[in-house]
Amino acid sequence: MSLRQILGKIALWLSVLVIVSPAILFFLWMLSLSLKFEVDNASYPPVFIPEHFAWKNYADVFASNRFLTYFINSLVVTGSATLLAMLIGVPAGYGIARMAAHKSAVVILIARITPGLSYLIPLFLLFQWLGLLGTLVPQIIIHLVVTIPIVIWIMIGYFETTPLELEEAALIDGATRWQVFRHVALPIAKPGMAVAFILAVIFSWNNFVFGIVLAGRETRTLPVAVYNMISFDQLSWGPLAAAALIVTLPVLLLTVFAQRQIVAGLTAGAVKGG
Amino acid sequence: MKATVEVAPGAADMAAPGQELQKPSYWPFVVPALVVVLAIIIFPWVFTIWMSLNEWKVGSPITFVGLANYMRLPTDPRFVEAVGHTIVYTALSVALPLIFGTLAAVVFHQKFPGRGFLRGIFIMPMMATPVAIALVWTMMFHPQLGVMNYLLSLVGLPPQLWVFHPGTVIPSLVLVETWQWTPLVMLIVLGGLASIPIEPYESAKIDGANFWQMFRYITLPLIAPFLFIAGMIRMIDAVKSFDIIFAITQGGPGSASETINLYLYSVAFIYYDLGYGSAIAVIFFVLIVILAALLLYLRQRTVWTEIGGGA
Repeated sequence: MSLRQILGKIALWLSVLVIVSPAILFFLWMLSLSLKFEVDNASYPPVFIPEHFAWKNYADVFASNRFLTYFINSLVVTGSATLLAMLIGVPAGYGIARMAAHKSAVVILIARITPGLSYLIPLFLLFQWLGLLGTLVPQIIIHLVVTIPIVIWIMIGYFETTPLELEEAALIDGATRWQVFRHVALPIAKPGMAVAFILAVIFSWNNFVFGIVLAGRETRTLPVAVYNMISFDQLSWGPLAAAALIVTLPVLLLTVFAQRQIVAGLTAGAVKGG
Repeated sequence: MKATVEVAPGAADMAAPGQELQKPSYWPFVVPALVVVLAIIIFPWVFTIWMSLNEWKVGSPITFVGLANYMRLPTDPRFVEAVGHTIVYTALSVALPLIFGTLAAVVFHQKFPGRGFLRGIFIMPMMATPVAIALVWTMMFHPQLGVMNYLLSLVGLPPQLWVFHPGTVIPSLVLVETWQWTPLVMLIVLGGLASIPIEPYESAKIDGANFWQMFRYITLPLIAPFLFIAGMIRMIDAVKSFDIIFAITQGGPGSASETINLYLYSVAFIYYDLGYGSAIAVIFFVLIVILAALLLYLRQRTVWTEIGGGA
């Protein structure tokens, strides 16, 4: 019996290993590429751990003249789009949940199904007419297409599960709807807001398709900047892999440290941006 | 203001008659979102439909042409070819993650130390920035220096051209898509597994069922609704997959991996044929909705609420 249990344990750990290894090996390989000199990256059979680490790949990325600009662009676009979405989406989620206006979620469903490119054609023209194309404003606005549905979606689900009794008691005591929202509903909803915030940040940060159309040379976000490195500037793998890792590192760290919230949010609404 | 009027009857139904005066409405909470949604989701749709009825190229005068843009689609060989690529790509990108995701969910349903952390690792591919991922996969697919051919050689298989050959480009991209999105299927199925009661397994064990029999006759039927939801979401995402394909192959070599979404990009933002591009966007959206509706019809209505998160 105990031998059976041991065999079961071994089988379980083997399957865990098999399942997790594609992810682990990929990101380790990414790290390895980013830390190797050209000689090691071009050698066959491939070198996994080089004798000398090419830290200069990272230094090169940070030293390249525009990387900091693109990093700030990404911060501004993702930050603004997420904060605006929270400001607008959290009250909306509350209102929809309390009015039980479930049909309005159809709009969010449409946003979920629509390919991101479809928004781009009309909004591209609109931004052109408004003369906004050289700035970050078009990207902030269009990222709302990603962030607002995520926030509303998750907040509807969350506010539906929070108890009504406290809110009703506060209303009877003469509080206004706004006061009830601000002082009763909102404090309880903090975990839900954390989930919405994290997912909005990740999907906005990762977004690529809006940037390739709307971003000019000065207004690129990091994913677009990395893509442009492939096509124009860089042909050596080390700095490219280093740049790729830097772009995605904030998201990866967030995933590992906030995996509980991310899993909760994804399984609640199964949302994905763009 | 128009939208307020449209949706107002629903709100009126909710408030009990005679109580409206005491209970101020929740509308102020929703109005800002409504305005934004109208501006960035509804307006683009209406405008796209309007553009699709016009000959609308950047730099040329705009002329109304009715359905001419739509008539052009079936006679456009590149569009027809793109539809074929999309179907193959989508079918594979739904089936493979469903299979692997279900297997992974069965494993993650067991209790073992470090499960939360390992689950975090496991979902990293779907959360990572797609362009960054695509860049590394491109290097891995490199015919001479890529690690994929080295891995093949370890198990005695001949080297491949991967994304650099028309015959293998779609399977190679599906490999990336599967790697990336198996975790989402796993999470959804894991939720399904958590909802299964333990009793059927206990009685099955008493009757002497083995692991496979229990999986086949108890687990699978009970998680079927979750598999269906996962399949739907996967289908919608795979049909409009863009980042990975664009960053790795840009639809090439030639047009061997050009899906509808990639072709839409070329028409609208390389040829700047916005009218025709809009027609593709509309048809593309209709196709997605029809596919989703068809699946839903096959699966009955109950699941709709689940995918809509309470829609």
